[in-house]
Amino acid sequence: MRHIGVEHEISEDPSRLRDATKIIVPGVGAFGDAMKGLESRSLVTPIKEAADRGTPMLGICLGMQLLATESREFGTHPGLELIPGVVKRLPEGSGDAAMRVPNVGWRTLDPVRSDAYMGDLDAGAMVYFVHSYAPHPTASKHVAATTNVNGENIPAIIRNRNVVGYQFHPEKSGRAGLKLLRRFVEFRFA
Amino acid sequence: MNKNETAPPVRVIARLDIKGPNVIKGIRLEGLRIVGKPGAMARRYYEQGVDEIIYMDTVASLYGRNQILDIVEEAGRDIFVPMTVGGGIRSIDNITAALRRGADKVAINTAALKRPEFLSEAARVFGSQCIVVSIEAKKWRSDYWEAYYDNGRERSGLDAIKWAMQAESLGAGEILLTSVDAEGTKKGFDLDLYEQVRSQVRIPVIAAGGGGTSGHVAELLDRSQADAVCCASLFHYDISDVTSLKRSIAAAGHRVRPS
Repeated sequence: MRHIGVEHEISEDPSRLRDATKIIVPGVGAFGDAMKGLESRSLVTPIKEAADRGTPMLGICLGMQLLATESREFGTHPGLELIPGVVKRLPEGSGDAAMRVPNVGWRTLDPVRSDAYMGDLDAGAMVYFVHSYAPHPTASKHVAATTNVNGENIPAIIRNRNVVGYQFHPEKSGRAGLKLLRRFVEFRFA
Repeated sequence: MNKNETAPPVRVIARLDIKGPNVIKGIRLEGLRIVGKPGAMARRYYEQGVDEIIYMDTVASLYGRNQILDIVEEAGRDIFVPMTVGGGIRSIDNITAALRRGADKVAINTAALKRPEFLSEAARVFGSQCIVVSIEAKKWRSDYWEAYYDNGRERSGLDAIKWAMQAESLGAGEILLTSVDAEGTKKGFDLDLYEQVRSQVRIPVIAAGGGGTSGHVAELLDRSQADAVCCASLFHYDISDVTSLKRSIAAAGHRVRPS
């Protein structure tokens, strides 16, 4: 954020969410633990309210998965329910050329529809992923970009109006990643 | 050969051996000389499109550690690719400290050879994707390489290939495979070593040691379906740069992330 010149603050104070013009929900680790962490800090309701008010929100990696209805990682856990869908484990492949799970590394991002948000994203842009699970939105219109894992198109960018999720790490994805961070910061959500 | 359209791209990694405030480079991990400052060098490689950076602490003392973590933290402010820290990683606390300062992975050699369960413990706490086992292999016979530690100075008595397999089963997510014989010689990778190890494990193997020209990288990719190449001299001495190396890898028909 500092690098792209954005005034920002790291906070776990529910009242600060009301003042933010945009919100980023980062996250690493397991889904259930992360939701418990948000609950114990009384952040679940304020996050949902901010999204309902139309405050643009970006979930990154596990933060993206939290936007879904529920996750099947180590049992079933409810999520923030901002983008209807279920978080499921990545498909395993077979044979020598199969991609391993966790899926770690630079992968190609494929925009799947003419979402204004995707705009002029370069075809063939690669970004850096580290994950074993991914959210599958119920409505295909909420999938803005995918990446291929063992022959399946796995959601890599999801969006429901002002709520956006990136499965990859834009902060570790070179220029393409910075461009996508800037996109969230600069995009005029309707 | 890595010509499959959906195969992950071959990663091009720059290795910075750190001593105090400087980047150093030796031959066969010895005879070290200063080649530059880590900040400026890492930024240059990042601008040229490097896919990852490995920082190796050559002092690896408790005293020296903060300095390498300062370097990594500083780099994280304007370098946006994954970073690995190695050299003297001995405990879960060491790993926590490295990750907190901005590293994405740690490379472990000596501590794992002395107590292999350390790899399992680390993988359990941080996930395999975070744990790179660093193997320094020295050739003894045409089909036997021994794992070394302390920058290629000490013998472990272990067969490097068997050790690679064991490290995978213990939870290492990746192998940084350095040929002690080839390291710093700029005479090409140990192709047999790389092929042997890669055929015995399923985790990615990073080829390191000896890559002195883009021709050496081409040689490696022609021989094996390499996951990643790690170069130091090639970049430090301006023999090539990341952009041209990636261009030549792509020209040979392999996938790379565009610079």
